Amino acid sequence: MKKELKVTAIKDGTVIDHITPGKAFEVARILELEDSSAVVSLAINVSSGKSGRKDIIKIENKELSKGEVDRISLVAPNATVNIIKGYEVIDKKHVEIPDKIVGILSCPNKNCITKYDPVETKFLLESSDPLRIRCYYCERVLTEEDVKKGLTKE
Amino acid sequence: MKDVISIKDFDRDQIEQVLQNAEIMEGFIQGTDILQGKILATLFFEPSTRTRLSFESAMKRLGGKVIGFSESTSTSVAKGETLQDTVKIAEQYSDIIVIRHPQDGSARLAAEAVSVPVINAGDGSNQHPTQTLLDLYTIKKELGRIDTLSVGMMGDLKYGRTVHSLAYALSWYDITLQFLSPPSLEMPVHIKEDLARKSIEFEEISEMEDLKDIEVDVLYVTRIQKERFPDIEEYEKVKGCYRITEESLDYIKDAKIMHPLPRVDEIAPEIDETPNALYFKQAWNGVPVRMTLLASLLGWSP
Repeated sequence: MKKELKVTAIKDGTVIDHITPGKAFEVARILELEDSSAVVSLAINVSSGKSGRKDIIKIENKELSKGEVDRISLVAPNATVNIIKGYEVIDKKHVEIPDKIVGILSCPNKNCITKYDPVETKFLLESSDPLRIRCYYCERVLTEEDVKKGLTKE
Repeated sequence: MKDVISIKDFDRDQIEQVLQNAEIMEGFIQGTDILQGKILATLFFEPSTRTRLSFESAMKRLGGKVIGFSESTSTSVAKGETLQDTVKIAEQYSDIIVIRHPQDGSARLAAEAVSVPVINAGDGSNQHPTQTLLDLYTIKKELGRIDTLSVGMMGDLKYGRTVHSLAYALSWYDITLQFLSPPSLEMPVHIKEDLARKSIEFEEISEMEDLKDIEVDVLYVTRIQKERFPDIEEYEKVKGCYRITEESLDYIKDAKIMHPLPRVDEIAPEIDETPNALYFKQAWNGVPVRMTLLASLLGWSP
């Protein structure tokens, strides 16, 4: 673990590793880290034996919830989420794009019923590489670009 | 299947089942008591006289009764009621619901909100699955098969919901597709990708004359809507090229002509009496197909 991390190890918190290179800012924005008071370190284009290059984000004293992990998976599908306690990794999860993405994305289709009736949005995963998800209601297909826009808080 | 919401919910076997049952249902077209005592609610939040009458005719031929509304201005929707509440109320009064609604995805949401079966009669620009099933039924009935056919689609292929759904459904079969449209109204990329993934051969052409050297068994014509063009001049330029007249028969030869209707001027009236014209038969076929869906969702099987 120590060898992998380019920035100082953290005592408690979350390390998001194997972020698609160049996507760390995106992930940070989705997690609204700029608004949080947590100490956050970003590492961009770190060399990695596994995937060539990667980004890393370390968030001190904050554990990510399941919903937050799901949001990350949409832009950084290969990321791992490590929960750190007392400098030790106590939990390590591969983020996975869920087959069903509920409530965290808004549909880009302005005529989608989810824009009119009180209902949580729901998307079904069609392909993770390249990313293609389909609105369960209006059947609009979203690409990675659409997803990024949909993740942005309106 | 609890509901009929999207043609994407149907695989080949399920489509074939509907087509076979519709053939049997034609035997009951003069009236039956299969759905005696059942009530259909037709919730038409936007007008579509043809589809509504076709469903009403189907339900009445099955021995059932029909309640409903044909526009939402006179209902509680106008007072701001949610779609989910409206369908939950309709559920209290009926055994099955047919819904037409201007928003994409509305039928799926309606089906989720209630426990009675829901049939989508058009949700915005998204789906109109009973149209696709009656199109397939027409092809199979009139040409004897769907496999090995060459199907041409002509007109507005970019925004035309019927041609998108039909192309999707046909991709379960061994067929060839010809897309004939102005370059600005081509079949969308995501549909072409879907077809390629299912190894469906298709060709894109932009002149009706191109059909001279191409064999098509069916030519499915759709309306080119003026409002789709940012430039009215471009519309005026293309509209005449996508109009079927007696002269066009030189190019399309024996191909059967289908159209979801209403037409404006894309098929000249002189075509109506030719053996090519299938569009009125197609509309008639909507009744046995819708009878089949209504009856099947309420537990009937032949």
